[in-house]
Amino acid sequence: MQVEVSLTVNGAAVTATVEPRTLLVQLLREHLALTGTHVGCDTSQCGACVVHVNGASVKSCTMLAVQADGASVTTIEGLATDGTLHPVQEAFREHHGLQCGFCTPGMVMSAVDLLQNNTSPSEAEIREWLEGNICRCTGYHNIVKAVQHAAAAMRG
Amino acid sequence: MPDAPMTYQIGASVKRREDLRFLTGKGNYTDDINRPGQLYAYLLRSPMAHAEIVSIDTTAAKAMAGVRAVFTGADMAADGVGGLPCGWQIHSKDGSPMVEPPHPALAVGRVRHVGDTVAVVIADTLAQAKDAAEALEVEYKALSAVATTTEATVDGAPLVWEDAKNNICYDWHIGDKAAVDAAFASAAQVATIDLVNNRLIPNAMEPRAALGDFNPATGEHTLITTSQNPHVIRLLMGAFVLKIPEHKLRVLAPDVGGGFGSKIYHYAEEAICTWAAAKLKRPVKWTAERTESFMTDAHGRDHVTHAELAMDAEGRFLALRVSTLANMGAYLSTFAPAVPTYLYATLLAGVYKTPAIYAEVKAVFTNTTPVDAYRGAGRPEATFLLERLVDEAARVSGIDRAEIRRRNFIPADAYPYQTPVALQYDSGDYAGCLDAALKAADYDGFAARKAASEAAGKLRGIGLSTYLEACGIAPSAVVGSLGARAGLFEVGKIRVHPTGSVTVFTGTHSHGQGHETTFAQVVADALGVGIDSVEIVHGDTANVPFGMGTYGSRSLAVGGSAIVKACDKIIAKARKIAAHLLEAAESDIEFKDGLFKVAGTDRQKSLPEISLAAYVPHNYPIDELEPGLEETAFYDPKNFTYPGGTHICEVEVDPETGVTKVVKFTAVDDVGRVINPMIVEGQIHGGVAQGIGQALLEQCVYDDSGQLLTGSMMDYCMPRADDLPSFHVENHTTLCTHNPLGVKGCGEVGAIGSPPAVMNAVVDALKGYGVTHMDMPATPEKVWRAIQAGTRS
Repeated sequence: MQVEVSLTVNGAAVTATVEPRTLLVQLLREHLALTGTHVGCDTSQCGACVVHVNGASVKSCTMLAVQADGASVTTIEGLATDGTLHPVQEAFREHHGLQCGFCTPGMVMSAVDLLQNNTSPSEAEIREWLEGNICRCTGYHNIVKAVQHAAAAMRG
Repeated sequence: MPDAPMTYQIGASVKRREDLRFLTGKGNYTDDINRPGQLYAYLLRSPMAHAEIVSIDTTAAKAMAGVRAVFTGADMAADGVGGLPCGWQIHSKDGSPMVEPPHPALAVGRVRHVGDTVAVVIADTLAQAKDAAEALEVEYKALSAVATTTEATVDGAPLVWEDAKNNICYDWHIGDKAAVDAAFASAAQVATIDLVNNRLIPNAMEPRAALGDFNPATGEHTLITTSQNPHVIRLLMGAFVLKIPEHKLRVLAPDVGGGFGSKIYHYAEEAICTWAAAKLKRPVKWTAERTESFMTDAHGRDHVTHAELAMDAEGRFLALRVSTLANMGAYLSTFAPAVPTYLYATLLAGVYKTPAIYAEVKAVFTNTTPVDAYRGAGRPEATFLLERLVDEAARVSGIDRAEIRRRNFIPADAYPYQTPVALQYDSGDYAGCLDAALKAADYDGFAARKAASEAAGKLRGIGLSTYLEACGIAPSAVVGSLGARAGLFEVGKIRVHPTGSVTVFTGTHSHGQGHETTFAQVVADALGVGIDSVEIVHGDTANVPFGMGTYGSRSLAVGGSAIVKACDKIIAKARKIAAHLLEAAESDIEFKDGLFKVAGTDRQKSLPEISLAAYVPHNYPIDELEPGLEETAFYDPKNFTYPGGTHICEVEVDPETGVTKVVKFTAVDDVGRVINPMIVEGQIHGGVAQGIGQALLEQCVYDDSGQLLTGSMMDYCMPRADDLPSFHVENHTTLCTHNPLGVKGCGEVGAIGSPPAVMNAVVDALKGYGVTHMDMPATPEKVWRAIQAGTRS
């Protein structure tokens, strides 16, 4: 059985025919070739697959594609506007908040959602928010630093 | 043309050139790649730790929708496919070679650990392959299993391999036993410790993946894989497993999402996908699910050790005696036998001038996933043992923990220093690192912080680790004499293009370390070109000359040295061309900052002018010199490099819950010359996080039947952002004396130095309850139980 889903991805209208068991991350990676969103585990623990659905961060391995029908989805590919990096992307680059890059898209999308909800998070609040995004490379030190600097930059 | 002042890149925190693609979702990891007509492989894995495969019925599975093939070990054997080879042979005390069992890519007759490969289903979609795998009928006859290191050698324990008596792979030793025994006989005091170095699961964030392809028209096989060393995979898989000559086998390792050792080894899935693609004449792709990573990525550590340190009355170390059992798992992974021997026991001098050392190591087989090098590989095990034992020596002797270390340090003027366990250190300043760390950590202010914690109902402890490691592996002749079946040189190739931009080919591989930035800094300075004119290429055996890859913190010390040597060759040739163009003697040409100048004149040629002349050789010394400007250098290191340093950890323990928090972590490391301070700090942060993970959180657990209980990220405790503090990191540099850049290694020091600092802090926090040792990880339960069992003094 196949079902049709229609949604907006990174500002563009998209329609795809998928099996009902298709996960949102599979729709993004396999049907739409948006491979910036990664799969790092199979238990919704690692957060490499975080995207925004209707503006809020979601683990796209834990949501069916059909549940995103009618939604607006933003992936890492849609975060920069007109070639200008989002302040969170810029801060990760400036403060070496990434090494192998695999957790980075999910980490960035999660951090962006944090700063939408809390414009000046403390170090403890940043660490608690990012608890659902696992990074094996950085020890989180520079990720936390990057988020702090991004918050400051976004407050202006 | 006036001399433009050159901006030197070495020593600058140049922002990473890799980052833009990773930050915008444009990375190119193996699972991101798809080839036309691609099929999907799904591996049926053993649910049992030890069983005979009585039969496999593939009939129903083969008939299912979309299924293109089902293969078993018998199919691979019928095609003459060989087993996965082991790259290092250890000999036992009695001279006999280690027991080296076969390791077929798909199991033949017997499975030996949970996750062992039984069959592969290949279908049009992954879902079809998975569905068909459920229809495979495998009849197993369960056998009793041995899952733990200590039980493996017990008489009557189940045998993983019939020809490995008591499951012993080898029984090896190093050092002067008679001298050590004599020193113990006359020792004034002895410190003793029994400890376990907990088994870890590496968990690079990108799961392993492999995509095999075959072009029937050219006969070329291609494997795209998550590897730290594509040439090594090409050699092992081509020569030993699939018998494909190198010129018909291309191995690519594109962006790789972390390795930490687990992506060094040649794994069954690489051979299965490459072989199946040729059989089916279709690309075949496999991507691990995280549960498969837990079951099949080579694990790390897993030592059980008894050790004694003999001292004189003043706490000077006289002799060290060590006995270790090391778990190999069910099969020998690529480098496994070297890890608890030449990467472990040779490190037991550490930073101390202990005159006599003897270590014996028994490696054992168990019905568990193979164990191999994981970040630090042997050196964390040696360091944990030494630094816990030195704390115990401080306790026994009543000497302050910093003082007993200082009293036994190899002095800064003792280099080169020959240890009693084979290594010769070239440089270091352990007292300098210790002093800097004590200051940065405000060691003297600890008593006040402890009092403040106690006033708030918390326990507080501080722990030191003064460590050393050996990396930049390694002189080929030396490792060859120790059992390595490969050389450990590295290659660098420099291509100066006609208009002067530069492409650098390196046999090392970057999977998070930032080589594309660091190596470009080195080349920019060496050739005097702008860093934006330099591109770094790695991870493709068709483009890069044969190199050995990235592990053992070798990339800059060995690979960087090869690149420097290749740059030297470029400069030497360019100097000849410049002499011709400037009508001067070659000996009169000076090279500085990208300009070749006739000494004492203003006549000069830039590198782009010279490279253009080399590729458009109209006015060129063509009788003496070939056109073109491209040079390759292979560099074989003269020695290991010896980073070292001091880590200081402060923990706070809640006695009500046993929860231990690292509240302060200070690392002062000597990693030799620092090319990019930002990247080096990042490497140390990551290593320290893995070390704290080992000390407080991570533990691979098998039950008695060999079932893996920590098989997912819900069961295996990965360090998360709220488990860790921010770190204080400093460099205290002495230069490596034997490589051209003076660099040591920085990739593993964090994971090597930190675990004993954490555990020494935990024991210090709990000493009031009579605790003198605790095995890792110091989980809340373990700490709480220790507090409950203890008597507050």
